[in-house]
Amino acid sequence: MSKPIIEIEGVGKRYRIGANKEPYLSIRDEMAKWVSPIARREREAKSEFWALKDVSFSVQPGEAIGIIGRNGAGKSTLLKILSQITPPTEGKITMRGRVASLLEVGTGFHPELTGRENIYLNGAILGMTRGEIKRKFDEIVDFAEIEKFLDTPVKRYSSGMYVRLAFAVAAHLEPEILVIDEVLAVGDAQFQKKCLGKMGEVAKGGRTVLFVSHNMQAVKQLCPRTVVLAAGRVLLDTLSDKAVSRYMELEVRPSSSGVWEADAPKQVDDILELLALKVLDARGESRTEFGSSEYITIQIECLIRHLHPSLTIGFDLVRADGVTVLRSYQNDEAEPQWPAMHEGVNHLRCLLPRNMLNAGEYGVVPRISLHCSRWISSSEEPVVQFSISLSHGESPFWSILGSVKRPGVIAPILGWNTSTVTRSEPLVETSEQL
Amino acid sequence: MSEPVEFVISPPKRFLSINWGELWRYRDLFLVLAWRDISVRYKQTVLGVLWALFQPFISMVIFTFIFNRVAKIDSGDGTPYPIFLYVGQLFWLYYSGTLTNASQSMVSNAAIIQKVYFPRLIVPATAATTGLVDMAIASLILGGMMVYYGIRPHLLGIALLPVLLACAVLSSMGLGLFFASLNIKYRDIRYALPFVINILMYVTPVIYPVSMLDRHPAAKTAMLWLNPISGVITTARAAILGHGAVEWHVLAVSLLMSIVFFTFGLYYFRSTERYFADIV
Repeated sequence: MSKPIIEIEGVGKRYRIGANKEPYLSIRDEMAKWVSPIARREREAKSEFWALKDVSFSVQPGEAIGIIGRNGAGKSTLLKILSQITPPTEGKITMRGRVASLLEVGTGFHPELTGRENIYLNGAILGMTRGEIKRKFDEIVDFAEIEKFLDTPVKRYSSGMYVRLAFAVAAHLEPEILVIDEVLAVGDAQFQKKCLGKMGEVAKGGRTVLFVSHNMQAVKQLCPRTVVLAAGRVLLDTLSDKAVSRYMELEVRPSSSGVWEADAPKQVDDILELLALKVLDARGESRTEFGSSEYITIQIECLIRHLHPSLTIGFDLVRADGVTVLRSYQNDEAEPQWPAMHEGVNHLRCLLPRNMLNAGEYGVVPRISLHCSRWISSSEEPVVQFSISLSHGESPFWSILGSVKRPGVIAPILGWNTSTVTRSEPLVETSEQL
Repeated sequence: MSEPVEFVISPPKRFLSINWGELWRYRDLFLVLAWRDISVRYKQTVLGVLWALFQPFISMVIFTFIFNRVAKIDSGDGTPYPIFLYVGQLFWLYYSGTLTNASQSMVSNAAIIQKVYFPRLIVPATAATTGLVDMAIASLILGGMMVYYGIRPHLLGIALLPVLLACAVLSSMGLGLFFASLNIKYRDIRYALPFVINILMYVTPVIYPVSMLDRHPAAKTAMLWLNPISGVITTARAAILGHGAVEWHVLAVSLLMSIVFFTFGLYYFRSTERYFADIV
């Protein structure tokens, strides 16, 4: 076997929290620190923390590796070190190939410049030479589907077009090592699929890919091997299927009682503060194990400080392997049906239909936003988990399954019948005949 | 694909030499960024690149009126004041513009710096380059004025031009690099710099000839040594317009001090560069 293309040995990165909190210092602050050196030393010792510590693993040429971990586990720091944006505090990384890192799509896009100009600009920023960009120009334009707008300033692009163009440039990089951070979290579903396809090609084309994502499905799909980071250290380094499910068990440690209560908020939001999320049974008690025939209520408790008209409160129901089963918002129905909310503490309840979910482990991710403006709560990980065993269906054929899972994301029981229609009659009556 | 390159990422050492090979490999990025800054500047303006002509022309007219006609400052040896002023202004605008842009460059390009690796030096270097383009455009007016006043360009002036430009680039980049690094950590620079530039203009012989300081030899010497652009302007006037003789020791000191400024700025920039992405 050849030498590993990436060798990471004992890498650590120390940050000063103070420096993170204050985006920038003024000379006055600095002078204040000089005046009382003791206070300064105390503060510095307290406010140091290791974002990464003793991280070691190596990657063989042509491997595609996923890196997962919850927020703050050190994923981004590791990426930044691998992309040479920030140096490690200790340890050593040996890279044997050209690296391109993609920490976002459209880095350096200038709104005033046209699509054509931005392709050259962005390409150069990502490390392509002019010749390379010229050679791939048509391919990039094709991929992005923006021929008609090539000479329009990108500030007039729709966000979809913008993202497509940005990804198209990035997708045509040809480094030996590609470091990617969650760039797939953008764009419409169809385009995301196309991107995933393109990345799959990249990985299969013998290039080495390091892929950091919250999207467990994408990780599993693209990367045979996954490294799980926790608190700045390597927790697991194994096959992706195993790593993802272990990660869901270990790291996403949702409350075992079916109740999750928020910690004191890090920063006060002037619109809303999420207080708790509960999974309740028909009697209003929190539980974690349900039969599929039972009513399950998701209760979101929040303190509304300002009743903003576009306030949207909801949740994602996700399966243990990361697949989102559904998303629901309080304002999904027609307006008269919206729950009345008031400033103060609100308990919003959503009743999940029974006889629908398949057996398995589920988690609830709160999703609260000002619609189309900003997220108020958008943690990617479930805060509460519960399990369902199949209990619905009276058919002996159904119940023979017992608690075993049916294939499929959901397991509803659908009505069946036979019809005595003759072939000349349409199966469904159309409106003209009525 | 070319031979795989092997490199090591490790904690930074105290002294960092400049990786010229790497800078050369990134020359395309440098050109693209310079081109971006130039082409973005006059987008969505009616007059476009004419702005680069208007601004120096109008300020030349107004300064001539105020300092020459009203305040009775003149070139000292019969050289028409407007052209005397304009040569000084040409270098001064380049110098102050580069200083301002280079100082802001790291902060205004923070989005790229936090997401992509490239030799950071490219960013302030871009600022110094785009200024040269403006200067070239603005010197069209100088050409017109030389025709108008019937001043023949001296051969010596043309020969010395590269040296003068080198001095201007090195000295403004030197200070610019220093301020750019400081600006990343201390945003005070943003407020201090316009003030510093204002003051600098008065201690640079832009609107007056350096001979006006003949009675204050200490001030004259300090200006020569501490403000490299002043020697550049004096020499440029002598070499291009024949305003006095070229004083070689003035040029030598300016060149020396420009190199000193540049080396200092570069060293400071390099020693803080690796942490830019963490604090910007």
